[in-house]
Amino acid sequence: MQTPSSKFRIISASFWIILFVSIAHPVCAEQVVVYSARVEQLIKPMFDAFTQQTGIKVKYTTDNEGALMARLQAEGKNTPADMLITVDAGNLWAASQAGLLRPFDSQILISNIPEHLRDPANEWFGLSIRARTIIYNTKKVSPEDLSTYEDLADPKWKNRLCLRTSKKVYNQSLVAMMIAEHGEAETEKIVRGWVANLATDPLSDDTRALEFVAAGRCDLTMVNTYYYGRLIQKDPDLPLAVFWPNQKDSGVHVNVSGAGLTRYGKNQQAAEKLLEFLSSISAQKLFADLNMEYPVNPNIAPDPTVASWGRFKQNHINLVKAGEFQAAAVKLMDRAGYR
Amino acid sequence: MLVLIPVGVVISSLFVSAGDVWQHLVENTLPLLLTNTFWLTLGVLLGTGFLGVSLAWLVAIYEFPGRRFFTWALLLPLAIPAYVTAFVALGLFDFTGPVQTTLRDWTNSDLHWFPEIRSRTGVIIVMTLAFYPYVYLLARNAFESQGKRSLEVAQSLGFTRRTGFYKVALPMARPWVAGGLLLVLMETLADFGTVAVFNYDTFTTAIYKAWFSLFSLPAASQLASMLIIIVFIIVVLEQHFRARMRYAESRKSPRASRIQLTGQQKWFVMTFIATVWFCAFLLPLLQLLYWSVQSILVGFDLERYLEFLAHSLFLSCLAALITCTIVTMIVYAARRFPGRSMQFAVRTATIGYALPGAVLAIGIFIPLAWLEGRLSELALTVFQIETGLLIQGTIVVMLVAYLIRFMAVSHYAIHGAMQRITPSIEEAAMGMGLHGWALLSRIHFPILKSGIFTGATLVFVDVMKEMPITLMTRPFGWDTLAVRVYEMTSEGAWEQAAVPAATLVLAGLLPILFFMRQTEN
Repeated sequence: MQTPSSKFRIISASFWIILFVSIAHPVCAEQVVVYSARVEQLIKPMFDAFTQQTGIKVKYTTDNEGALMARLQAEGKNTPADMLITVDAGNLWAASQAGLLRPFDSQILISNIPEHLRDPANEWFGLSIRARTIIYNTKKVSPEDLSTYEDLADPKWKNRLCLRTSKKVYNQSLVAMMIAEHGEAETEKIVRGWVANLATDPLSDDTRALEFVAAGRCDLTMVNTYYYGRLIQKDPDLPLAVFWPNQKDSGVHVNVSGAGLTRYGKNQQAAEKLLEFLSSISAQKLFADLNMEYPVNPNIAPDPTVASWGRFKQNHINLVKAGEFQAAAVKLMDRAGYR
Repeated sequence: MLVLIPVGVVISSLFVSAGDVWQHLVENTLPLLLTNTFWLTLGVLLGTGFLGVSLAWLVAIYEFPGRRFFTWALLLPLAIPAYVTAFVALGLFDFTGPVQTTLRDWTNSDLHWFPEIRSRTGVIIVMTLAFYPYVYLLARNAFESQGKRSLEVAQSLGFTRRTGFYKVALPMARPWVAGGLLLVLMETLADFGTVAVFNYDTFTTAIYKAWFSLFSLPAASQLASMLIIIVFIIVVLEQHFRARMRYAESRKSPRASRIQLTGQQKWFVMTFIATVWFCAFLLPLLQLLYWSVQSILVGFDLERYLEFLAHSLFLSCLAALITCTIVTMIVYAARRFPGRSMQFAVRTATIGYALPGAVLAIGIFIPLAWLEGRLSELALTVFQIETGLLIQGTIVVMLVAYLIRFMAVSHYAIHGAMQRITPSIEEAAMGMGLHGWALLSRIHFPILKSGIFTGATLVFVDVMKEMPITLMTRPFGWDTLAVRVYEMTSEGAWEQAAVPAATLVLAGLLPILFFMRQTEN
């Protein structure tokens, strides 16, 4: 019979072997190392296309953004990573604030990516757009009654609104951008209005919020459109539809998943090539097809399903504000009782 | 010593200003945290007290079909972490869950009468179902050792069975019930996963948010210090009660003197017990298995799962090994050099169990980060090298926190085993010429072995399901099963949380089955 300690030795030994094998990247001539908070299925096709076109290999590790940034910070000058890919501009802004990224002035990126979707200091660039918009129950709401995000604070929506929890960064960015647009006092009034209109306590995720609307627990919600896309693909009969708010003024709130070059990357040129490639037509097509997001490159049409939801005007305030006002947004939502 | 550092660090932060973040927390979240915590603990105490005592009484005093089975089966909910029960409850009973959807289809109404599960009552019910076994276990011991006899005495004095219960048996069992309730109270205050699933803000979730959303370690640590003060009061109470709890379960009273239940009463009792057991154990387990099968069918990332499993197993084994080694040393030292100061040292060493994981995470992270800063400065000035993050990038923070939190768990088992080595055994062995190391390895270790193994198993399982420490201090790439459960449930992906959660439940069943085999024999 094995004693616990000999069992432990076996487990521990096999663990270290696994660890060494996974850490010991063979050093090749031309390669790029990417840390990605976007999951593997949503980035690998782009990397494969890049390797096919240029012959440069792409190595990548995926994890959540907090862990990746902590790792970059811990590795300092010794980091093997050349590029960081994450979702939400707030995270990109935080990485840039922590000094993890380096600026890259590229005409290609500047012409491919609209100005409001990239860092003014060129440390990070949006690669795909995620629109956070209003979805309503078609049996209960007529689209003529809808107008703006701000209007959802109106008492006529009392007990009709569902929201995802304020702990999610998507909502923090949405409110941060509203602070950039309206100032804190005005935004707080709006958020208080939303809270007063809630039909039920905030929900854990976008999909649940959509299901609540579809089941009739509430009449409308605000979610990222690809959640709607995924749900409607599974069950096309759901009584849900997209509404694009603020079309007469500032436009729909958008956010990005994006990338930046790491300050201490070793394969700088190859990484620059990859970043430019990701904004190019062929890669942007893949971005559009994979996750029902919108390409940043305005020359590419979105996926047909996505296109069928209609065209919309985006909010053009630079996304750097989502980072700058994030802490303020978190506190504001606390004050307003948005949990 | 190790235990006192985090407490000291966290408490001392009370006197440092955390700037406007703290100001913000005091103004906007603290009142909510206090009321939430108050109602939650009150509700869970009432709930577990009622369930635990009533179940224990029924099982200990009466005879009815299925009693032998339920006697031990009622402990099984201990194997299911509260956060797992929580997300199963949400998945089943929320507005879009299968129960409400089916009911709506049947009755063709919008079910406005259906209680909201994502509510304070919901959290209280879930925690009550998860934690009642602590009270049940202790109360059952008390009733079995004295209940029947005390009831006979009461009846001989002319009390009815009911007044006998309230006037004699319950007061006599009070220290045990109170001990169980205090355990429940600590678990409730330390809980992070359950309240996170329900989006019910308490101190632990506020600590997490202050650290990772407002990026204010000082504010997080001040919240932690307030939680510590609450816990400290409870620990003092606990010591007070424990002093009054006499060991009276040594002789089991002769069996077969149970009161036979008949007719309506029998059915009522059986339904009650079976319902509790079904809700607290069988239902969550079945639902987990159903989701697991579903998620495996739609495509399951086995590689990732094995990675989480490997991390969980590795951390749990390592923590169990370290903890048991140190606790054995402490226990042995306490035996060789008894005295007041030693007693005090042992008591502080085992107090860690009362410290919520969220508090420990902060209390250990801060001093180690400080130490590391000094070290890297030193390395830079003396050796001209940049060290990067030596400690924060490793699992040291986590392991120290596990050690402190779970020392008490293994201490209980190992200390118990040590008690079995009477001084006369030692004297006899020494008389035969055994000394020092030989004495230890030939006498103590063989006798302690089973105790150490029990202790190690308990630590192993506790680390497996531990959530806040792991979540807050894990270095890059060290996601465990519990972390995976947290991440999936915070996205509302119940199905994908099911396989890791089911694994944790299976691991949790081990020590209970173990324990049961020991006590049944």
